[in-house]
Amino acid sequence: MYTVSRRIDAQGLYYKELNQLVRQAFSEGVTEVVLDNVNGQRYLGDGISSDGSIIIHGTPGNDMAAYMNGLQIVVRGNAQDATGNTMNEGTIVVHGDAGDTVGYAMRGGEIFIKGSVGYRVGIHMKEYLKKNPVIVVGGKAGAFFGEYMAGGILILLGLSGREGYPIVGDYCGTGMHGGVMYIRGQVEEYKLGKEVKIVDMTAEDESVLERYVSRYADYFGCDKEAILAQPFSKLIPFNKRPYGNLYTGV
Amino acid sequence: MNRKGNLFSGNDIIKSIALMHDRSNGLGGGFAAYGIYPEYADFYAIHMFYESGACRETTETFLNEHFEIEIGGKIPTRKVASVTNAPIIWRYFVQPKPDRLLQSGLEVDEYVAQCVMRINSEYSGAFVVSSGKNMGAFKGVGYPEDMGEFYKLDTYKGYLWTAHGRFPTNTPGWWGGAHPFTLLDWSIVHNGEISSYDANRRYLEMFGYKCSLQTDTEAITYIFDLLLRKHNLPLDVVVTAMAAPFWSAIERMEPEKRELVKSIRTVFGPLLVNGPFSIILGSRKGFVALNDRIKLRALVAAEKGDYVYVASEESAIREVCPQPDKVWAVAGGEPVIAMLEGVDQL
Repeated sequence: MYTVSRRIDAQGLYYKELNQLVRQAFSEGVTEVVLDNVNGQRYLGDGISSDGSIIIHGTPGNDMAAYMNGLQIVVRGNAQDATGNTMNEGTIVVHGDAGDTVGYAMRGGEIFIKGSVGYRVGIHMKEYLKKNPVIVVGGKAGAFFGEYMAGGILILLGLSGREGYPIVGDYCGTGMHGGVMYIRGQVEEYKLGKEVKIVDMTAEDESVLERYVSRYADYFGCDKEAILAQPFSKLIPFNKRPYGNLYTGV
Repeated sequence: MNRKGNLFSGNDIIKSIALMHDRSNGLGGGFAAYGIYPEYADFYAIHMFYESGACRETTETFLNEHFEIEIGGKIPTRKVASVTNAPIIWRYFVQPKPDRLLQSGLEVDEYVAQCVMRINSEYSGAFVVSSGKNMGAFKGVGYPEDMGEFYKLDTYKGYLWTAHGRFPTNTPGWWGGAHPFTLLDWSIVHNGEISSYDANRRYLEMFGYKCSLQTDTEAITYIFDLLLRKHNLPLDVVVTAMAAPFWSAIERMEPEKRELVKSIRTVFGPLLVNGPFSIILGSRKGFVALNDRIKLRALVAAEKGDYVYVASEESAIREVCPQPDKVWAVAGGEPVIAMLEGVDQL
């Protein structure tokens, strides 16, 4: 398949008009939409089923890629709150930071954030059969990371972020009842929600981690080996829900 | 805000809040502006809403009894199609009457604050919009950008501007109920709702504050006034009282800090503000922006040279400052403090 590209200047466009132009482009056979001067327009890429891609220059607004189904979105800048809300399939690559509730109730697809994220990232993300959503964060995360997490994979690397702040905030995994988190380095016990425990990594964990850290390293041009050289903490929920023990081998 | 106190027009704040149009629903918009009345900088600028000419007359009798009015008149507005049912909007530049002030035995700010409380609670149909020096609040029912146009804020210049677009959930959308809420130099814009309102209100009433404006946000203004002006507490203590760390986090602190924070939580327990909020407190000396301790509302900060910005969305900052030197997500309970050069306390 060859690429049919269309550039749209988003300067001053209301989100409704901009989203109409994006949808129109895909319906006319365009495979790559490049948006310039985006600032604050909400709902970009929402509910779109397509194999195409959107390249965003600027700061997209809240709820980017909500209910997205298959697109690849690349953000050359920072994303705001609720990126990938209830996203179903596709990939989001953010070459900056992202706000609170990234991957809110996400149920499929992959999100890669080069920098840091806010509070409640991965809140209530879930998995079902082959749908297994993944969020990889290169920097640090705020409190309530993976709150009420019901499935999927959260990976936190701590390669950058605000100085003097820990890799992850308090109440990590509060209410978590499915899925798995991999956090690079140590996480103090007091930070964990009471539903979460730290367990040993298995060979399968190593291979999952390697797969997604490779992708992160490819997207953002960094050294995979260096990232993987430091041990990770693996976090899973205590309770016996079907997916709670997926990676424990018991 | 410009840290050097350099003045800039209201255009920027209007542009910035307009970008977040969809966060409000047209039932309240407003601005606080600092540095706008240099020619009357030593006078208290009383902004008023009146429901009728009769209200104005009775309230002016009160004002005349208690203040020397240097000058008073209508606040200039322009016609905006979407702005309807505006009250009568006046402002007065005043000083307390010296004999009255002397008789009252009060400190001058307290005298003015008590007059404000009396008008708001005893003069039906009259409402004090703001009462600080060299500052003013401009608000009403409408989208904030329409309010900015209505009040001609493009023609004012200030060094600190705050703005708010309202989406009322629990209380009515009326002209006096739009943000900011003010007392003396303090102004508050607030996103969220306070579940501790009644506990806060009851405590404040013991110090003479009357919560009469049908909104939780009013209480936050008075908490700051009580702790900063009356108790003269440092800002970090005030912030700790309002967005106190959890007991479990206090237990992990260094012994000296732990004892201090414990005392603050114990003494000022009734002033703990619970529920989701992000607020900006404006004052003549600068501002502080603060989230609830578990960050249930959005708050982003940025800096560029002498300018400091905070907003609910990064894009609202970039709309007026496309390339900040630094942008950061503010943590829950972590204040963003910006003060004018040479000032070390709000």
